[in-house]
Order: sequence, then C-alpha cells, then structure tokens
Amino acid sequence: MNNYRMHLLVCGGTGCTSSDSLKLVDELKESIEKHGISNEVEVVITGCFGFCEKGPILKVYPDDVFYVTVKPEDAEEIVEEHVIKGRQVERLLYVEPNLKVKLEGQKDLPFYKKQIRIALRNCGFINPEDINECLAADGYQALAKCLCEMSKEEVIETVIKSGLRGRGGGGFPTGLKWKYTSNNASDVKYIICNADEGDPGAFMDRSILEGDPHSVLEAMAIAGYAIGAEHGYIYIRAEYPLAIHRLEIAITQARELGLLGIDILGTGFNFDVELRYGAGAFVCGEETALIHSIEGARGEPSTKPPFPAQCGVWDKPTCVNNVETLANIPPIFLRGADWFRTIGTEKSPGTKVFALAGKVNNVGLVEVPMGTTLREVIYDIGGGIKNNKEFKAVQTGGPSGGCITKENLDIPIDYESLNSIGSMMGSGGMIVMDEDNCMVNIAKYYLEFTKEESCGKCTPCRVGNKRLLEILDKITQGNGTEQDLADLVELGEIIKDTSLCGLGQTAPNPVLSTLHYFYDEYLAHVREKKCPAAVCESLLSYIILPEKCVGCTACAKVCPVPCILGEVKKTHVIDQSKCIKCGACYNTCKFSAIAKR
Amino acid sequence: MSKLKSIEELQKIRQAAKDNLDLRSTAESEDRIIIRVGMATCGIASGARTTMNAIVDELREQNITNVSVTQTGCMGYCAEEPLVEVVFKDKPSVIYGHVDAQRGREIVNEHIKNGRLLQNAIITKSFEKID
Repeated sequence: MNNYRMHLLVCGGTGCTSSDSLKLVDELKESIEKHGISNEVEVVITGCFGFCEKGPILKVYPDDVFYVTVKPEDAEEIVEEHVIKGRQVERLLYVEPNLKVKLEGQKDLPFYKKQIRIALRNCGFINPEDINECLAADGYQALAKCLCEMSKEEVIETVIKSGLRGRGGGGFPTGLKWKYTSNNASDVKYIICNADEGDPGAFMDRSILEGDPHSVLEAMAIAGYAIGAEHGYIYIRAEYPLAIHRLEIAITQARELGLLGIDILGTGFNFDVELRYGAGAFVCGEETALIHSIEGARGEPSTKPPFPAQCGVWDKPTCVNNVETLANIPPIFLRGADWFRTIGTEKSPGTKVFALAGKVNNVGLVEVPMGTTLREVIYDIGGGIKNNKEFKAVQTGGPSGGCITKENLDIPIDYESLNSIGSMMGSGGMIVMDEDNCMVNIAKYYLEFTKEESCGKCTPCRVGNKRLLEILDKITQGNGTEQDLADLVELGEIIKDTSLCGLGQTAPNPVLSTLHYFYDEYLAHVREKKCPAAVCESLLSYIILPEKCVGCTACAKVCPVPCILGEVKKTHVIDQSKCIKCGACYNTCKFSAIAKR
Repeated sequence: MSKLKSIEELQKIRQAAKDNLDLRSTAESEDRIIIRVGMATCGIASGARTTMNAIVDELREQNITNVSVTQTGCMGYCAEEPLVEVVFKDKPSVIYGHVDAQRGREIVNEHIKNGRLLQNAIITKSFEKID
C-alpha cells in the first residue's frame, strides 16, 4: 500500500463532471506524475459535494482546504503551489460574498454550517467506485449487525422506533411499511428501491447513487432480511447514466466480496439486486405504476388496495422505498434509533435533502434537520436571492406541490407544516423565485409538465389538466376573464378529488396555491391585461426610456422587424404596431434604456 | 477478491481499508496535531522531502491517526534546514532544525507519542506571530 501524505478529492457528480472535473483529474494526475510525487499524493474522484453553484469542487486532505470553481488549467498551479510548496492557491478559495473574506475549510462555509449530512454522509468523502473506501467509512457494518445480532422483528422495531418516514414525498412511516410487507406470508417477496426521480430540479437520489451507491445496496439487504425478501430491484431512470454505471460497479464489487448473493457473511441469508431501467415517465415514480413498469407492462397506476405490501411485483408482497429513505437506514442501525430521534422534529425525525435551485445565490444539494426554517435554508445556506432582488415565493414539492410566500418563511420544515400551508415536502425540490417571476407563468409551466406526464388512464387527469392549461394559456395571452379564475378553482378541486393516482390528485396544486397567494397577480392579468412581473409576452411592451437613450443605434441594428426608428445620437423610438416582442433590443442595449412594461 | 465468510473477515478488511482513509478523518478530528515541514526551495534542497516521507511512514508504523503532515513555505531559518514544526492544539508550536529522516522518526516517537520534546534539536520553543 502506498504511503500517501495527501489526498486530492475531486467531485465526480454529474454537475461537476459536466464542467470538466474529470479533465481536471487527468491534469492533476499528469502534473503529479511530472513532479515525481505520485507515490505521495492520491487523486480521488468522489460523489457530489452539494455545492454545485461553485463546482467543480476540489478538497485537499489532510489540510482541509476547499477549492471552488477549479478549472483543468488550474491543476498545474495547485500541484506546484499547494501540493509541493504548501502554499494555498488563494484565488481558488471560496469568497464569502457579504464579508468579502476568503474561507479555507469546508466547515467554515456558510453553505455547510447549518447542514447535518446523514443521507449524504459519504458523498464527497469517499470514492464511490471503490468498495474499500466504503468499507472504511463503516459500509456494510449495519448489515452485519442486523444479520448477526438482531432478529427480523428487532430490525423492523428499530426502524419504527426511529420514526423514519418516506423521503420520496409521501412521508409514510418506513418501519410500518416493512412491518406490513413482513406480515404478509408468501414464499417470495420483493424489495424495490424507487430511483425514478422525476421532479424538475430535484437530484438528491441521483447524487446519493452516484456518491454512495453501497449505502443503498446495504439498506436494501437489511430491508430484505427484515421483510423476508431475497430479491431486490432498483428502478432507475435510463437518463441517469453515471448513477447506473456506479451502481453496476458497486453491485459487482459487493458480489465479489459476498456482501450480495448466496449466504451473506456466512449467515445463511441470501440477497441479490437487479437494475431495472425506466424510460423517464413521471408517473412511474408512483409505486403501482413503477411495479407495472418493472413487470414489462405499461407504466400506469392501479387502484389501491391492494397495496404493494399485499400484492406487488409479480403479485408478490413488495416493499417500495425511495433512495434517500434507504440511505438513512445504515446510520440508524449504527448509531441507534434514539440518536436519530434527537435530530429533526417530534413527528418528522432526521434530516431532509433539498435541491436548492432558482434565483438563489448558492444552488446545490443541502441536507438539513427537519424543523429548519425556509428562511435559514434560503438565506443562510442559500446565501439569499441573486442580484439582491426581492424574494417572492419558494416552490416546494415540484409539480405536485405549491408556493410558499414571505409570510410563511419562518415555518419549520416538516411534512405536516408544509401541507398546512398548501404545499408539500415532495421529494425535496426547492425552487426560489424573485420579483421577476410571473406566478401565472410558473403555474403554467408546472401544468405543462403534468399534462405531458399524465398517463391518460383516468379522465379527470387526462382531460381536466389539459383544460386547466388552456385556461392558463388564455390568461397569459391576455384573453382571460374573472370567470376563468373561478373555473380554475372549481376544475382544480374536481381533478384533485376524482383522479386515480397521486399525479392527478396533486397536479392542480401549483395552480390552486398560486391562485390563493397571488390572486392579485391573476387579477392584473385578466382585468388590466398586465403582467406585473413583465414575463407574459402578450401583455407587455418594450419601450425606450428617452432619458437613458444615447442614440447609439445598437438596438435598431439588431431589431429583426425592423421597428426601431431614430438617428445617431438622438433618442430612438419603438413602433409598437410593428414590434414582435422578441426582446433582442432589450438584451443588446448597454445603457438599460429599454424597459419592459 | 475472495468472498467474506464471516463478520470477522469483514472487520479485517474494513480495518485495512480504514488505514487508507484515516488521512481524511484526521482533518475532521478534534485533537488533531499538525506537523509542518518547511518545503520551500531551500528545504527541499536540504532533503525535506525525505524527512517528510519518513515522518509519514513512521506515523503509519506507529498507528498514529490524529496527526496530519502538511508542508509549508520557507520558515526563514534556512541555515537550520530541514525545519519541522509541531503544533499541538492550544500549545505553543515547537520548531526542530536539521531534521533528517532519522530525527523525523524520533519526533514521531518521542514528541508525538511520548510527549517528550527533543531538547537538543529545538530551535526556539515558540515564536510570536503577528496576525
């Protein structure tokens, strides 16, 4: 074994690899080779650090120095300066935007200060393609403990006691799910890991599978032992190639060590895992649709009961758990159910991973204890709103969720509190919106998504959501009436009450919640035919502000119609009758002389 | 790789793997001790690299995990190179001069392990830093 004195950890998540982190790894290795110190320094590719805003991330151990936005061409300098001479490359340190100070350690970053990483514990710490690193980080210890020291009943009891609830959005107690599946007698049972992550903007499941695939395999084996299943399926989207690749490596390595397969650790317990690829239909995240898809049938939901715990895949009792839920299982067994309960709130113990996106300074993956307020997540961790704009709303729960306004920013996040204000936890997508976002347009965006993704099996969802979208379209075109607003509410409620599965039952939520909190904005669209945020194209016009226009003619040159009139060094004017509202002039003007009204 | 037949075998392979990852957990540990080796041109020229490798090697031999070895630029006292600074938390740092591989190993065994300073090799017991 080599005596490495230094490890350089480079993020190999999907986010950072698309900004060339793998090229950075090659450059680092080459430079280290060149300086003849390859027996001293090891370069390790890890999973996602979560701080995607500033990727690619490079962390230096044991110095605990955290470099951000590192480019391949920085490799040489890092090796020459930091690795060889021990001088930090200051320009690559994270700069705290408010205080303008450079921060060195990962723990110093405000982004990480309020986070507690349980599900993401190994992401950005170990090499996900090396089972040895996983073993060193206590991988498969929980499985060994369950198999050797605990009965099936004790395993289930521990999970019930921990209070862990489904992290895919439903919030159903995981232990109870295991218990029900365990209680149904059958010769064959199945455990399924639901990795069909579909909410726009959410990527925690992908990151866990990319950064720590073994934790999910281990948890599935524990669940298999508890409910009496010898076979597991991971249902994952084919559009997650990196996660699939790492899972395949992990499964192969676990089989080689006998941590999956026949007679695991000599205990007589058999368990193996198979991958099943989804084609990317949103509805397949719903467990009955997912099961049909695994069986090779159409991905359509069916009525419950019977529940999968009674009659699931191949008509056998089946337990379906989400990726993040499973990633929480091993720590619960290693540190105890009581420890888990000390984190989070009474009814929702533990943490939740959120994919922070939208108009916030630090987009990325954050894991916070339940009960943290939205304000803490958006302002302390997320670093506030981009360009110092005004916060307008935050959308949680994806296409099934709703909007939360400024008044509710201090509500502690858990399953119940988010439901009580008309939104939901969902899988953890969190999209922040500022004053420049039109809420009617946001609702329309989500409805376009659910309309596309509706499987078409039941009428309320198939037809109802299309009608909802048509009304919204009419409003954003400037042809809406106040009756349309009343229709939206009535139709929305009916769709919620009469749809077959979760997709239809929640699809109108973005519309209903924006109508509730931003009724004035809808009214402005239908009464005054104005879009207050200046987003809806049909309702806005571009005008030139005479006091700012210097007559540079740049706008007139890019106008494709052309409809901008004016001479050099004289104020220009837009002919509204000809303007096609393409926005080319707006993007070109260097003097902010063109406004959207 | 052969299959693990028992929990004991799992513990064995885990321990071996753990040694390699200690470097990373060290950075997080509370009672971390830092050994800095002066690695500017002058230090490297007088053999600091050999010293550092010897220290890293000895730490592993002795199974000491709460020490992180890091390198630093010129400490200014070039006549006494290679220089090694030992920093215990909440204690003044100690700087050793003329540290060759042999003395590097002594530092690990005496200072780090037994808490006895190598009196004959100390340059100054501490120095003031202006922050």
